[in-house]
Amino acid sequence: MTNALSVRGLVKRFGPKTAVDGLSFEVAAGEVLGFLGPNGAGKSTTMKMICGFLAPTAGTAVICGHDVLEDPIAAKRALGYLPEGAPAYPDMTTIGFLEFIAGVRGYDGAERRERVAGAMAKTRLEEVTHQPIETLSKGFKRRVGLAQALLHEPPVLILDEPTDGLDPNQKFEVRKLIREMAADKAIVISTHILEEVDAVCSRAMIIARGRVLADDTPDGLRGLAPSGNLDDVFRAVTTGAVTTGTVGTEAAHA
Amino acid sequence: MRNVALITRRELRGYFATPLAYIFIVIFLVLAGALTFFLGGLLQRGQADLQPFFTFHPWLYLFLVPALSMRLWAEERRTGTIELFLTLPITMGEAVIAKFLAAWVFTAIALALTFPLWITVNLLGNPDNGVILASYIGSLLMAGAFLAVGSMISAATKNQVIAFVVTTAVLFVFALAGSDFVLEAFRGWAPAMVVDIVAGFGFLTHFQAIARGVIDLRDAIFFGSTIALALFANALIVDLKKAD
Repeated sequence: MTNALSVRGLVKRFGPKTAVDGLSFEVAAGEVLGFLGPNGAGKSTTMKMICGFLAPTAGTAVICGHDVLEDPIAAKRALGYLPEGAPAYPDMTTIGFLEFIAGVRGYDGAERRERVAGAMAKTRLEEVTHQPIETLSKGFKRRVGLAQALLHEPPVLILDEPTDGLDPNQKFEVRKLIREMAADKAIVISTHILEEVDAVCSRAMIIARGRVLADDTPDGLRGLAPSGNLDDVFRAVTTGAVTTGTVGTEAAHA
Repeated sequence: MRNVALITRRELRGYFATPLAYIFIVIFLVLAGALTFFLGGLLQRGQADLQPFFTFHPWLYLFLVPALSMRLWAEERRTGTIELFLTLPITMGEAVIAKFLAAWVFTAIALALTFPLWITVNLLGNPDNGVILASYIGSLLMAGAFLAVGSMISAATKNQVIAFVVTTAVLFVFALAGSDFVLEAFRGWAPAMVVDIVAGFGFLTHFQAIARGVIDLRDAIFFGSTIALALFANALIVDLKKAD
């Protein structure tokens, strides 16, 4: 039995700079993996490669048995992706946008309406159904992005900073949603909010300069610092590994 | 096919969601009419045909096609939606063709709205409607070639204004490639074969016969292969530049 998501030796170089340096990991259904790391650690780059947007320099990702390089369409079908910043077509309305996505995901007629209504209910978008996306607040935009990603109930969800820019109530709602979906899905979220790890993740991975520095349960990670505080663990792990000081570690605790 | 239809429809709606579509259509119709009557002298010629109308199409397209094609990919890259778009279960071919088709269908709508001119010449005399139909088809083919080149250039930048200016410049060179103006620059030093090749790329040369209502297979193949080649390059450019 293969895992829902299997990342195998991913490498990405931009010119002389190595953004992702041989990442390998597995995520099984039922797991929520938190991707932690300072800005520029390679979190988004890794996610873009898993989703087939960026071509890796080496390595690949396998989603539900479909290699994203060899069979991108099947891999993308099994995947829900919320890109960083939750981009959506600004001139479309919420429902128009979601119906377009549902259409491309292969739904028609009544099933399409059901899928869109279901995703909107889950992400509480009903009150902005007919509003153009460009007029929505940051919180609503983020939820439109989430609705788009989970509309087809994908077995693998990749969410790049799903709670960025949300107010505390909205963060709570989104985390609740992620926990609810976690039972039968493999979910990867990136964040630099450490409290999120405790709130939703069953496992967390700290990466810096494109490498895995720690991979454990939130409780296991806590054991890495004497204080047992995740902020301290994060600082100890990321600054300890960076000897040249070129990576933005100062942003780590911001 | 299903995905192409869905994406084309979304793109077409995108045109009509902003005033761009209406402004474009109005300006296209006003300019086409003005050129036909004042510069082309449709009424003074004493002939019931639409040749004065079609003659000006390359020049109209030169400025109006870049306005349609500039947003196709540049906008997608600027707003970051390209990351969403290209991680949907669609192929690159479907994405490129669908966007191009949306712009082409839009041009076809604008072109179809010039039908009052056709009615006018039919009221004034007995034009050869077969010739007129052939000219319309030829004009649409040429617009497609312009649009495909514009779409390709749009993929190379995030900035719509840059896409517009560069497309206009490139189309201008393409349009005039068959004229003495451009060929003189090559004749001094280039071998005759190169001069012939450059001459063969002239959109105007290929359109002249079409404007008279003659669709030569060679001209149709020229525009068709220009579309295919430009869209192929378009896909490559998107793949190369999407993450910048």
